[in-house]
Amino acid sequence: MAPVATPFFFYLLSGIMLIGGILVITRKNPVHSALALIVTLLAQASIYLMLYAPFVAGVQIILYAGGIMVLFLFVIMLVSIDRSVRERQFNSQWVAGIIAATALGGLFIAVYTKGNDIFPEHALPMVENDNTQRIGAMLYGQYMFAFEIASLLLLVAIIGAVVMAKKRI
Amino acid sequence: MQSMLHITTLHYLVLGAALFLLGVIGVLTRRNVVIVLMSIELILNAVNLNLVAFSRMWGGLHGQIFAIFVITDAAAEAAVGLGILIAFFRNKETVNLDQVNLLKW
Repeated sequence: MAPVATPFFFYLLSGIMLIGGILVITRKNPVHSALALIVTLLAQASIYLMLYAPFVAGVQIILYAGGIMVLFLFVIMLVSIDRSVRERQFNSQWVAGIIAATALGGLFIAVYTKGNDIFPEHALPMVENDNTQRIGAMLYGQYMFAFEIASLLLLVAIIGAVVMAKKRI
Repeated sequence: MQSMLHITTLHYLVLGAALFLLGVIGVLTRRNVVIVLMSIELILNAVNLNLVAFSRMWGGLHGQIFAIFVITDAAAEAAVGLGILIAFFRNKETVNLDQVNLLKW
């Protein structure tokens, strides 16, 4: 299917994403930050759809917005935030942090203005209708070793999280 | 004007760079551990956006596979990071990063 009004949706979704990101790093209450981050993640899932990546968009919604953010909200409920909301929100090195981030932004701008020519003008055509099927075949074929390592990583993360959070082992 | 209306790979890369910068600012300036962890999620999402945009540019699926692996890493990182946060809160009764100064010289 041919894309409809791509620039409009791109700028709309990027605006939502950037506003959500700014809210994440400026809100006092971590719950508000988490809700803003969910909005950002959902807008990013829509941008994945614009990039013909429906499987990644689904994984983004189910795993990020549905799984990781619930974990975040759960932990925010476990730790008491009443006192930290009333305290100073930015650390004493925030000027140095802003300067470092600005320098990094300058580096990005320099790289992208210099390297603009290496990007092809038109994106290559993409097979749209069997995205998930092809990703599954690649995960269990070419990337099988990495896939198994990822399962081991998740096992280690489960055990690590339990060991960290439990009072007495 | 034509370059504004024709969405290329570079547009997605610039969006990813902006999101990455927001995450870096959050990590470097905030005191609340929970918000620092959320900023790390912002950084990982910016990288994911770049990977999927490159995948679109070259017409292959390798970038999308990498994005899925990055999401797996993000899940593992969030679980372990929040476990550490709970242990930290139990010991210090606070969520401020400034209080983590035992190894500071």
